[in-house]
Amino acid sequence: MGAYNWNWPILLKEPYFGWIVSGFGNTCLIAVIAWAIAFPLGSAVGLARTTELPWLRLIGTAYVELFRNIPLLAQMFVWYYVVPELLPNDWSQWVKRDMPYPQFYTAVLCLGLYTASRVAEQVRSGIEAIPRGQRHAGLAMGLTPGQVYRYILLPVGYRTIIPPLTSDFLGVFKNSSLALTIGVLELTSQARQIEEYTFAAFEAFATATVLYCMVTGLVILIMRQVERRTRIAGTIALGAS
Amino acid sequence: MKALFTAAFAASALLAAGAMAQDGPTMKRIAETKTVTIGHRDASVPLSYIGQDGKAQGYSIDICLKIAEAAKEELKLDKLDIKFVSLTPQTRIPLLTAGTVDIICESSTHTLGRSRQISFLNTTFLTGSKLLVRKNSGIKRIEDMNGKILVAVLGTTNEKAAQVEVDKKGVKLKGDIVKVKDHTQAMLNLEQNRADAYVSDDVVLYGLASASKNPAEWEVVGPYFSYDPYGMMIARNNDDWRLVGNRAITKLIESGEMVAIYKKWFEPGPTKINLPLSDRLRENFQIIALPE
Repeated sequence: MGAYNWNWPILLKEPYFGWIVSGFGNTCLIAVIAWAIAFPLGSAVGLARTTELPWLRLIGTAYVELFRNIPLLAQMFVWYYVVPELLPNDWSQWVKRDMPYPQFYTAVLCLGLYTASRVAEQVRSGIEAIPRGQRHAGLAMGLTPGQVYRYILLPVGYRTIIPPLTSDFLGVFKNSSLALTIGVLELTSQARQIEEYTFAAFEAFATATVLYCMVTGLVILIMRQVERRTRIAGTIALGAS
Repeated sequence: MKALFTAAFAASALLAAGAMAQDGPTMKRIAETKTVTIGHRDASVPLSYIGQDGKAQGYSIDICLKIAEAAKEELKLDKLDIKFVSLTPQTRIPLLTAGTVDIICESSTHTLGRSRQISFLNTTFLTGSKLLVRKNSGIKRIEDMNGKILVAVLGTTNEKAAQVEVDKKGVKLKGDIVKVKDHTQAMLNLEQNRADAYVSDDVVLYGLASASKNPAEWEVVGPYFSYDPYGMMIARNNDDWRLVGNRAITKLIESGEMVAIYKKWFEPGPTKINLPLSDRLRENFQIIALPE
């Protein structure tokens, strides 16, 4: 390392500073929107896997296995390069040439659908961790299946899975770096670009690393608060995350 | 025991002193390990790539093998091993500054910004930015790109040059320049009609066109709007190693071997790239062949 010429101030110069800022912004935007897709969709799929209806469970299982078993990188490529080719001609043309920021939206959609499969598994395990007697007791008291979920299973299930959900929320931020493979200018790709222009590799990637750690640290803090505020006294120990 | 160590130390010191009086770490390392480690790329055809036999080869590699030979002579070594290390744009600078590789032989443009971190040998290849388009696209130069989509590889000098040129000529592209990860993806964007033109070094574009499914479909157009001189990269503060390299290059030019190496890889070359030796590159060879 003796030959390396440290040059930290270059990161404060334009355009490099602007690149880091916009890259960081894109990373956060991709992660938050993808999570906004993944959380409700994943919850629905996870719920579907715990119902008594066989066809609904089949759909849920198929979704999870499809999206969980294909590498995320391959999914990015399929969404960006293959799916538009399968659309009718007009739509294909629109997606490829007229849709604004096609790389960005493709990445968000892909990451959201992938993460949903992981959320689904957390939700399912959260619900299945509740003794079956509770569901039956609810039904025996005359609650409809919907009410059993609404008042008994979900409130406890969601609380149980806050720690693993935190991991998936962090995963969204980290996985968003794969968006660079289809050309989204997020944090990692901006770090690469700075490296290509200036050869200041260590400075650029160290900065990106620190920014990732900061945002994931913030997510952990927020999720801990959520966990503490929603805790039911005596049922769940405060997570060790 | 102690005496033995002292004797061994003295002997090795004597040997080292006899071999050279060096001021750079790279030459010292080459002398000690009797090995030159060459960094190369996987797919910079035909400058630096892995051939079908799985070995590193190309125009830049051939030149570097000659430089390694020159180092062997300079250090009066009885033998010299050559080791190849495959690099990516992300790993090359750390590996060079850490001393894992002694010289990087690929297709890198010599820029002032990059020279802060590493040192370049004299220019051994000249290229510049042009556009790859479909033959029937009607695009002949960058001014014809109004309302069209331009794709570039992220972080390349071409991307930078294209942006400057677009701004200067007042060309209204459709959206921003689309940035992709590598040549293959840029080509995919062209083939799928996601983009109308790909800006890169002309040598890269000729290579892509010749390797595509239907080479007749594509053409490389436009006057150069940037000049990209390629050079081998070495770690900084290695004046002796750089001198060995530049002298070897000079000798290759004077003996006519440089032109022979060029013809071997480009006219038409194993990948049928068919890029005749330009007058500019020929002139560059004359300029960098410094007097002894």
